[in-house]
Amino acid sequence: MSGGPAGDSAIVVSDLRKSYRGRPAVAGIDLVIPRGEVFSLLGPNGAGKTTTVEILEGHRRRDSGDVRVLGVDPALGRAAWKARIGIVLQRSDDLTQAGALTVRDWARAMAACFPNSRDPDEVIELVGLADRRNARAAHLSGGQRRRLDVALGIIGRPELLFLDEPTTGFDPEARRRFWDLIADLARSGTTILLTTHYLEEAEHLADRVAVIVDGRIMEVGPPQTLGGRATAAATVRWLSPDGPRSVQTCTPAALVTDLAARFGQDVPGLAVERPSLEEVYLRMIGAPA
Amino acid sequence: MNAAATLVRAPALLAVTRARARVEFLVFIREWISVVFTFIFPVLLLIILGSIFHGQRLPGDVDLAQYFVAGMIGAGLFGVSFQNVAIAIPIERDIGTLKRLAGTPMPRSAYFLGKMLMVAFVALAQNVLLLGIGSAFFGLDLPDTVGRWITYLWVIVLGIASCTMLGIAASGFVRNGRTAPAIMSPIAIVLQFISGVYFVFATLPNWMQTVAAIFPLKWIAQGMRSVFLPDGYQAQEPAGSWELDRVALVLAAWCVLAFLVAVRTFRWRARTDD
Repeated sequence: MSGGPAGDSAIVVSDLRKSYRGRPAVAGIDLVIPRGEVFSLLGPNGAGKTTTVEILEGHRRRDSGDVRVLGVDPALGRAAWKARIGIVLQRSDDLTQAGALTVRDWARAMAACFPNSRDPDEVIELVGLADRRNARAAHLSGGQRRRLDVALGIIGRPELLFLDEPTTGFDPEARRRFWDLIADLARSGTTILLTTHYLEEAEHLADRVAVIVDGRIMEVGPPQTLGGRATAAATVRWLSPDGPRSVQTCTPAALVTDLAARFGQDVPGLAVERPSLEEVYLRMIGAPA
Repeated sequence: MNAAATLVRAPALLAVTRARARVEFLVFIREWISVVFTFIFPVLLLIILGSIFHGQRLPGDVDLAQYFVAGMIGAGLFGVSFQNVAIAIPIERDIGTLKRLAGTPMPRSAYFLGKMLMVAFVALAQNVLLLGIGSAFFGLDLPDTVGRWITYLWVIVLGIASCTMLGIAASGFVRNGRTAPAIMSPIAIVLQFISGVYFVFATLPNWMQTVAAIFPLKWIAQGMRSVFLPDGYQAQEPAGSWELDRVALVLAAWCVLAFLVAVRTFRWRARTDD
């Protein structure tokens, strides 16, 4: 899929660079994101996620590098191109501070900005705000407001949706509901580029993850295999008659078979552990695990 | 992407402008601070100062209160256009309203047209109020000829267009929304003092008249006097006439100049977003 011609790619980036007053924020990024994929930029605060995404959205200028989003250079993207993308920015102070508008006012106003927009009420329903449609945006909870933000992002039927740290500050339940919404969008074929500093979020939603640190991509891959997780040495733990035992092995299946034979049927306290995404991630960003 | 395809894909300007005007109007009427500041304030001033001036005669058989009502209509127009827009835009830039819009295919002119329509709406309501109070209590004569009503309309239209454009242009020079009221309100108040709103323009020092003549408010107030004061008064104007051709010329020039400046200085994103 990713090896196809550029026409199949939603996003192609090569050697993207951007500095703020001489301090590099993005230091040479390469990316190819095929259509239909949910791709996550995962990294700590200040890693360059937002700068990268806002360059792709056409909101920021780049210093150098080649960028194509839906086949168009975002710095030159005109109305016809903007009609094909949806943007959910990291900050949405307008939803809180321009407090006069209701959920429905917002949806109607943004629908008018797109040539082939969805029905405002239908989108409000889709993000689960039907019973809050007449509430002012400023009076919504954080999770509800972010769902309104997504409603406004998808109201123009985008082929590609940008989500910049969509669930920061959510409680676990709100985050789960939000993930379900994004998963539904992904199933409908929308390409999604998601930035996050939550590992579970990337693991839960993304087909592939790029770990970005100090403006560089450390590694790209499916969350299940990131950092060699799938093949790394596993730790096998069990409860032997002499107490708890643990063994590091590259062939855990063989050891488990062996143990099963030794214990007859069940092995008390048996567990096989691979490095978690968190361990892999913390190692990559250079933090003590 | 060829031009025909762009046309098909961009939403119709008229529909977006209507949607933007609706948003602007809802925000204006639901945000009480702005209503009080730019809409009610001129009405209060009219009542207070009109009561103080009432009965003081000016040469040319004019009551000072009449003179003041004409000026206040101009000042009100300046407030709901220039002041209102120059304060609202930096705030909208700070909180990301403009960035959100810039990320959509909305024709950008729709945003400005929406602002103009909102200003026109508010100005209309304010004029009805000021004219009603002025004619009921302060001896303001409503125009009795078609010609005067036509003058009234074109001064309002040109006044709104020029001062709104000026507000849009000024917003490009303001760093952030918090400082916008502190910068724009004194400008508006100073212009009111030197443009013949609170004082009779002909009695102001010459240098002050010269400075005021650069800006639109002096010409709007003068145009309004031509509508609401008896023709006998124009001999008292510094030029000895209403100079309506000049009123039109200066206001139209401000429309063009402010537009050219706004095109160069308008920013859709806060400085931190470069």
